[in-house]
Amino acid sequence: MTGRRAGYAGEVLRFTFDGRAYEGYRGDTLAAALLANGVRRVGTSVTLGRPRGVFGAWTEEPNAVVQIERPFPEPMVQATTIPLYEGLVASSVAGRGRLSPEPDPARYDATHAHCDVLVVGAGPAGLSAARAAARTGARVILADDRPSPGGGLPDTAETVDGRPGAEWALAVAAELEALPDVRVLCRTSVIGYYDHNYLVAVERRGEDAVTRERVWRIRARRVVLATGAHERPIAFAGNDLPGVMLASAARAYANRYGVLPGRRAVVFTTGDSAYDAAHDLAEAGVEIVEIADARKGGLVTGVAGGAEDQGVRAVVIGSREVEADLLLVSGGWNPLVNLFSQSGGELRYDETLTTFVPGHSAQAVEVAGAARGVFTLAGCLADGEAAGSGSPLPALPSEETGTRSQDLWVVPSDDYTSHFVDLQRDVTVADLQRATGAGLRSVEHIKRYTTAGTAHDQGKTSGVLTSAVVARLLGVGIAELGTTTFRAPYVPVSFAALAGRDRGALHDPVRVTATHDWHASHGALFENVGQWKRAWYYPRPGEDMEAAVLRECRAVRQATGAMDASTLGKIDVQGPDAAELLDRLYTNMMSTLKVGAIRYGLMCRPDGMVFDDGTVIRLAPDRFLVTTTTGNAAAVLDWMEEWLQTEWPDLRARCTSVTEQWATVAMAGPGSRDVLGGLAPELAVDVESFPFMTWRDTEVAGISARVCRISFSGELAYEINVSWWHGPALWKAILATGAVTPYGTETMHVLRAEKGYPIVGQDTDGTVTPADLGMDWIVSKKKADFIGRRSYARADTARPDRRHLVGLLPEDPEVLVPEGTQLVACDRLPEPPVPMLGYVTSSYRSAALGRTFALALVSGGRDRIGQRLYAPIGDALLPVTVTHHVLYDPEGTRRDG
Amino acid sequence: MLLIPCPWCGPRDEAEFRYGGQAHVAYPGDPGALTDEEWAHYLFFRDNPKGPFEERWNHTSGCRRWFNLTRDTATNEIWPTTSAGARPGTGTVATGGGSR
Repeated sequence: MTGRRAGYAGEVLRFTFDGRAYEGYRGDTLAAALLANGVRRVGTSVTLGRPRGVFGAWTEEPNAVVQIERPFPEPMVQATTIPLYEGLVASSVAGRGRLSPEPDPARYDATHAHCDVLVVGAGPAGLSAARAAARTGARVILADDRPSPGGGLPDTAETVDGRPGAEWALAVAAELEALPDVRVLCRTSVIGYYDHNYLVAVERRGEDAVTRERVWRIRARRVVLATGAHERPIAFAGNDLPGVMLASAARAYANRYGVLPGRRAVVFTTGDSAYDAAHDLAEAGVEIVEIADARKGGLVTGVAGGAEDQGVRAVVIGSREVEADLLLVSGGWNPLVNLFSQSGGELRYDETLTTFVPGHSAQAVEVAGAARGVFTLAGCLADGEAAGSGSPLPALPSEETGTRSQDLWVVPSDDYTSHFVDLQRDVTVADLQRATGAGLRSVEHIKRYTTAGTAHDQGKTSGVLTSAVVARLLGVGIAELGTTTFRAPYVPVSFAALAGRDRGALHDPVRVTATHDWHASHGALFENVGQWKRAWYYPRPGEDMEAAVLRECRAVRQATGAMDASTLGKIDVQGPDAAELLDRLYTNMMSTLKVGAIRYGLMCRPDGMVFDDGTVIRLAPDRFLVTTTTGNAAAVLDWMEEWLQTEWPDLRARCTSVTEQWATVAMAGPGSRDVLGGLAPELAVDVESFPFMTWRDTEVAGISARVCRISFSGELAYEINVSWWHGPALWKAILATGAVTPYGTETMHVLRAEKGYPIVGQDTDGTVTPADLGMDWIVSKKKADFIGRRSYARADTARPDRRHLVGLLPEDPEVLVPEGTQLVACDRLPEPPVPMLGYVTSSYRSAALGRTFALALVSGGRDRIGQRLYAPIGDALLPVTVTHHVLYDPEGTRRDG
Repeated sequence: MLLIPCPWCGPRDEAEFRYGGQAHVAYPGDPGALTDEEWAHYLFFRDNPKGPFEERWNHTSGCRRWFNLTRDTATNEIWPTTSAGARPGTGTVATGGGSR
């Protein structure tokens, strides 16, 4: 029976496990409290369904992984690390937890910190390292995953400077905390060690804290890893039963928590440390029946289960059965080299210690104490002192002075099906035999084949054991075989912690135009374009999207419509060489543009592929305003700056974004001239005074405005720009005329597609040249060079089977071909691979055409005009006819109204 | 998270930067004079060494300046290129913080 040590008491906390109410003490972990209440079985193994009990006492635990139900559901929490709190409700799981379907109401955040020395681990080595570093005047952060400092000291009841270890640790931590440049972080797991001494830690602040968890992103000049060591198990038959426990864990339960993990114990060990554990447990009241020391031939060959919890009833030593309810196992110690290995440091197999220890470092990091194989308290204190002050570390104990352990990993047997290596993944020695028998030779492959070391605990107790067993099976040395890669995170981390405040509305900035509130209050639905919210369409009562868009399209083609175009990227380009810069960046000539005029331009990459398009308006001989697509505004500015800085630093030109300085309304339709004329009495709006592709400064509705005669619909149209602040006033004044219908981006898309105007990024995909779009005319033949020019002389860009932008008319005028649909030439699909001719890039219902239509990129498309192609939709092949890409008003008669 | 020495702003987290690929791949003086193969080499061919690599970075969330540095692609060790002279991003070495 497990239970509480006589005379041990504390503040009582109530909790529930698997539906039963229990009491524990403040300071307990859930595992300690369960053991104190006589609960030995805490879970069921994932694949074999075997009973499992508490095996470890801290982060090494493979078995006691539970589901927390309240206050907030959290899956797969180690019962050995969760501090007991009032009202805790938990249940056992069989290998898998359950995520909450509700959003987590707790708050998570992040802190960025810099320090001279980061010490990981607040055991004897870490505390003395932090103290020594602080004495040099360094800025120090000491991070430790336990609730209080001391590392393993409270587990062992050892003394330091004549004081109990736990008391000494508290005193040192208090001394450190009093210093202005030292920060002590408890309950903080350093989970990852990255490049340039960048480490990430998670601080678990508890259920009562304002912030439940906090991620620390720490950049350290120097790192001291004092992460300690984990005891490791031995593989023998039945080594997974409840009541089989690491000797160090049992010692911790007795000393730290006043919990007796059993009444009659057998000890199975390969080294000396288990004797200390046996001593402490005997002191606490556990009867030590026998010590099976592998060095003296003592071997545990089996465990007999029984009783209600199916835990240990007797232990078989050799062929002798000994009555016991607790079996303490000590197969040696594994230094926690996880973070060191993540830092890029090399590991070395130490034959004396029979384990992997840190070798050559790749970063500014020192490993001190048990983490490098120093297992004496005095040695750890000395190591920490040296590492903290930046002095050379003492020599490792030699084979003569150190304690030699027996190199025992597996107890020989005829049947290895219950010799567990990885308790959490139910992997046995027999499984490893199967893997090597199947021809696997790499420990990484064997890990993936057997899943050993892939569980929630990431092989903390099983990793080195797996390597050792596999090495034996393959007949190679462990050093030669090596270990699997240590990866972050060292312990599991919740996504909520990593997300921090970057959730929901704070996940990504939302950009809205000056007139956004009007759109929202008038029923607009919004489309996300990059970070922008753009009004998509404005349904009237009873209208669906299709009806609303057809109505808006008709309004523009037959009367007047207005759209908020403020999200278009705008870049102010100034300087004596501004014209030269634009000549080099655009495919067409910009330097010949007259002040007061506007030119459409196409920008390509050096490979000749279309990158962006927009208009360029010349404000002055040395000043232009360039517009970009909404989604590409930042990329175009980056592009301009890159060429200016890296290739043409001699050009006297500067660029700046003015996207959010200008609010823009696009007003389109045959009635737009009259509406503008009414709103801008000082402006001569007749076609001779204000021709297409020119701009005028004037007042519109009493607001200073720049009006551009640009059309993205083929209709007579104007883009009216005012300062951002005046955007809503302009919009309201336009609509107050009663002659204008607001339209959204969907209508804009339909109207431009009817005219065959491509949208960069929708009708292009980075493999499309201006010629592919049917826009040869925009590629200058006069300019000596511009970005992309040389590529138009490549054989590839002249291929006749390049994909061209064409129009498509489904033969059934009601069929809307989904965007992305592939196109084929055959009316029956042959065996794959089916030759694909291209795909649909845009597809809409057209009010003006009275039918559906599409744009597509089709191989040799312009040579296929009039041909029938097929669009596979579901199981059907729907016929479509290839047409010119301009389907509406190809003569351009509507441009001037 | 690399710690990248911006010549103008000092050491900053990698998240503030945009990677610009191999340094010293200058735009050809007369692209028209190149063969298709030479032009293709300019467009598409880059070194991919294991070891020291001279590359371009842009401090997009800071000063927005381009500069070169040398990074060991195996260890991520970084050396700032400090000699003055050529243009950032194309020349033999980056200008090193002289002109604010």
